[in-house]
Amino acid sequence: MKLTLKIWRQKNRDEKGKFVSYSVNNVNPEMSMLECLDVLNEDLIQRGEEPVAFEHDCREGICGSCGFMINGHAHGPQTATTACQLTMRHFKDGDQLTLEPWRAAAFPLVKDLVVDRRAFDRIIAAGGYISVSTGNAPDGNAIPVPKGIADRAMDAATCIGCGACVAACPNASASLFTGAKISHLGLLPQGKPEQDRRALNMVAQMSEEPFGGCTNIGQCTESCPKEIPLEVIANMNRDYRVATLRKRDDLIQVITPVTTWSSDSKS
Amino acid sequence: MSTGAATISKHQAPGFWKSTNGKKIVMAVTGCILFLFVVAHLLGNLLIYAGPARYNAYAAFLHFDGSLLWIIRSVLIVSVLLHIEAAAQLWLRNKRARPVGYARKNSDGASYASRTMYWSGPIVLAFIIFHLLEFTGGFIHPGSQFIAGNVYHNVVAGFSVWWIAAWYIFALCLLGMHLRHGLWSMLQSFGLPHSRTRELALKQLALWISIIIIGGYISIPISVLTGLIK
Amino acid sequence: MKLDARIPSGPIEKAWDKARFDMKLVNPANKRKHTVLVVGSGLAGASASASMGELGYNVKCFCFQDSPRRAHSIAAQGGINAAKNYQNDGDSVFRLFYDTVKGGDFRSREANVYRLAQNSVNIIDQCVAQGVPFAREYGGALTNRSFGGAQVSRTFYARGQTGQQLLLGAYQALERQVSTGTVTMFPRTEMLDLIVVDGQARGIVTRNLITGELDVHFGDAVVLASGGYGNVYYLSTNAKGSNVTASWRAHKRGALFANPCFTQIHPTCIPVSGDYQSKLTLMSESLRNDGRIWVPKKKGDKRPPSQIPADERDYYLERRYPSFGNLVPRDVASRNAKHVCDEGRGVGESGLGVYLDFSDAIARLGENVIRERYGNLFDMYQRITDENPYKVPMRIYPAIHYTMGGLWVDYYLQSTIPGLFVAGEANFSDHGANRLGASALMQGLSDGYFIIPYTVGNYIANSKLDKVDESHPVVQEAVAGVKNSIHTLLSIKGKRTVDSFHRQLGKIIWDECGMSRTAEGLKKAIGQVRELKQEFWQNVNVPGSGSDLNQSLEKAGRVADFFELGELMCIDALNRNESCGGHFREEYQTPDGEAKRDDENYSYVAAWGYNGPDSEPTLTKEPLEFEYVHPSQRSYK
Repeated sequence: MKLTLKIWRQKNRDEKGKFVSYSVNNVNPEMSMLECLDVLNEDLIQRGEEPVAFEHDCREGICGSCGFMINGHAHGPQTATTACQLTMRHFKDGDQLTLEPWRAAAFPLVKDLVVDRRAFDRIIAAGGYISVSTGNAPDGNAIPVPKGIADRAMDAATCIGCGACVAACPNASASLFTGAKISHLGLLPQGKPEQDRRALNMVAQMSEEPFGGCTNIGQCTESCPKEIPLEVIANMNRDYRVATLRKRDDLIQVITPVTTWSSDSKS
Repeated sequence: MSTGAATISKHQAPGFWKSTNGKKIVMAVTGCILFLFVVAHLLGNLLIYAGPARYNAYAAFLHFDGSLLWIIRSVLIVSVLLHIEAAAQLWLRNKRARPVGYARKNSDGASYASRTMYWSGPIVLAFIIFHLLEFTGGFIHPGSQFIAGNVYHNVVAGFSVWWIAAWYIFALCLLGMHLRHGLWSMLQSFGLPHSRTRELALKQLALWISIIIIGGYISIPISVLTGLIK
Repeated sequence: MKLDARIPSGPIEKAWDKARFDMKLVNPANKRKHTVLVVGSGLAGASASASMGELGYNVKCFCFQDSPRRAHSIAAQGGINAAKNYQNDGDSVFRLFYDTVKGGDFRSREANVYRLAQNSVNIIDQCVAQGVPFAREYGGALTNRSFGGAQVSRTFYARGQTGQQLLLGAYQALERQVSTGTVTMFPRTEMLDLIVVDGQARGIVTRNLITGELDVHFGDAVVLASGGYGNVYYLSTNAKGSNVTASWRAHKRGALFANPCFTQIHPTCIPVSGDYQSKLTLMSESLRNDGRIWVPKKKGDKRPPSQIPADERDYYLERRYPSFGNLVPRDVASRNAKHVCDEGRGVGESGLGVYLDFSDAIARLGENVIRERYGNLFDMYQRITDENPYKVPMRIYPAIHYTMGGLWVDYYLQSTIPGLFVAGEANFSDHGANRLGASALMQGLSDGYFIIPYTVGNYIANSKLDKVDESHPVVQEAVAGVKNSIHTLLSIKGKRTVDSFHRQLGKIIWDECGMSRTAEGLKKAIGQVRELKQEFWQNVNVPGSGSDLNQSLEKAGRVADFFELGELMCIDALNRNESCGGHFREEYQTPDGEAKRDDENYSYVAAWGYNGPDSEPTLTKEPLEFEYVHPSQRSYK
């Protein structure tokens, strides 16, 4: 099978990028999208050109490294599928695929299809945890967790942090990602003591990063490879609203976003 | 060669209004107030079917206490302003959040109404201004006289002009779409928990509420045009 | 050189208590003055960084991915073992210890394994407290499942994503420390050399993968938690980025590499479909709880599975191992799959596959129960193969999955270089010659949460370290060496891509040092690897420059290390004239084809020292003593 790949090429953040079309002739329908890029890259290297940079690691849909727009769909047209698990049998011989990086101010471009998603790490660092240091945990069965609650927490916790929600959102909002963590931890009894603080801190950090705001459109959940439900955003909004009303001090701080890669203190 | 890296630095967090969630909560609260007004306004307007006497009496009743009327009007004006301000700020922020757009982008999972809020809103606003100028202020009355106090006459005379009726129907349909997404969005911004099935049910509910409300409103110009109300 | 494992004296149950009491402590106020470098952010690295950050050390954590959350621990599916005995089925710390030593075919160190079993119970508590959403019963209690190689239900799980949930727990703890400033995170940063000053590990040389800058980081101790080396086979269940570079560069600086030939083949992976394939996808071993494995009795039977009647099917595991059946340990299940395929009874187009059939379980429990248990795995299988496993049996084949070998460490997880600690899959210590299912997560977290924070502190408290800076000749030599090798790779400009070399290397190692090995094959492989390595350094084509994101350059450096490691694996496999666990030498088997150990001559850890690129490595032996679990032939019949 033969495909034309129209790929966004950009050497780095500062240089101008453009689309370049490549034809890949020996595409096997069983190949994954990334294997198709592998084949293209082998070919490019042989021809003395620079291969297409794209992010990937586990190639089984769980690490969240991979992801780009394929014909206007985050991770491609299949639901609940990451780019690494998208097999080429979903396309027809002669198709043209447009591959673009995630586009968001909060995800500055690094190279070709690679973007910088450290904003997500900062949102987690702002409060996406339960503050329990190693060693001071009670027995695992000390606090019963109803199965329904554990299941809902798990639904939210399956987020792989790939960024498809931001990429698909017309507003480039990170609400599904942030809501997923707030829901996961807020639902569990272990996460209750910090529920207010967590919502205030994480929402503050999310707002500090140049993400857009949620307008409840729903393209995030549609493109999410783990099908995180829209309910997590409602949970976030509720936790944030309640926490705002209960807040008694103003000591919420956010981490200043860093977008450079170079180490700063040269000696 | 370096030894350090990006050491973490922190500063005071943006407050409620600066957060996008805060703005959406403001939009939800103000949207809810405006929705309640839309419902009350409809119920009042449907009295037109009860004849000129009842309808004009209802209008007079609204003006019974001038200060109360202005309190209500102020609440509505403030709500509209806040709703617009929050929407405008979100719109600006959302534009900036994606400085480079996509060459191709699908819109799976997004309803038409949700994607068009940013232009259904301004048109509805223009419509409201027009509506106030026509029926409250009496500045627009093509082809007839505006009679202060005789609301029934003003409505019938106004809607007898086909293009005014058409403009009302068009704008009301947009208001319906705005409501359809707005109602669901309001629940989401308030943080009503919902399963996937309940989410679909809520969206259906929002759709039907919008259809009923807009159907009620639209029935008035149509009744005038078809001669049901004279 | 004599290897001293520093196992505390006295009864094994008290060993860890005794060790902890004997440790010197660092004054809390002084901890922040000590820097610990942690390489890797998987279960071991993230949990160690977070725990040491909590204690107050100044921690720097490095990972090559764009975020610590992407480490390959995230892909572990099935679960994590713990001797909680919540199911009241007779489990205990001693039984977990016993099963692990036996499962490892008596090639692990008893004291380490016992401590692992002890820590297992604390891990579950810690993870629950962190908000890991383990599967629960309706009553709210934690639930368990059984797993290959065990007859009790001691495996805790979070659907088929246990590794993900545990890693996210550790990652969140890590990010909490990042926000307090005790841990500094260096993503997209690769360690390329270890700095050893006066015999002690004092720092690392790193490359910033975005800017290409080389940096030197100094610390009082270095912890390697950089994972295993399964990618030497090219096709494996490891992530594409998983590599041996950090461990290997430390090995070249003097850390001994132990039991490199102990690699684990996982029995339930999706079979290879073509030569473009970049990796193999694992299906959790838990599938064997309800799935039945079979092949046709007749050779070359190409009928679709539904048309093969029951009496023409060979449920070979149930037939050969009636008491464990489909739940035999991984090495046994893999070897048997290879065996039936070698007989020509394999299924699928390539003939390299066996059926994993759920039809009986679906008939017995209903499709919903099966969906509840394995839904996401079934979906994944269907996405990849386009076959519906609720209707058609899955096809599976073994694939390389885990490496039990790694840098040699003592009881304190310190390598042969003082100040260099090794945790998780990167060390060799706990799994012997074969790892039991759901034990890798346990080991990574045990090392990271509960061992490294103590033993690193002990080392720091006992050491007097002079200040080092970049002007030190050792540092300059290390940086120059790294610069030089990057420059060399970029300037060869040959005809072959890095991947083509990697593929070829992987094929050699898989054929000769994979599921079964022979002396002859290994000798052949050593020669082939050496030749290929030579060709690599003359004919590889690495495009681009060293001063920006260059994924080919990253790969090239890693593959260069895999060549050297691959050779060492074959040397180790050739040295070990016995079969044990994952290491199956065809010359050493019982009449019915089971692994035949040689406890008299090979009950030792083979730790190899590096002597330069063209010299033979030196073998140092750490004899293994079994006081509590007496070596016997492993029988799962």
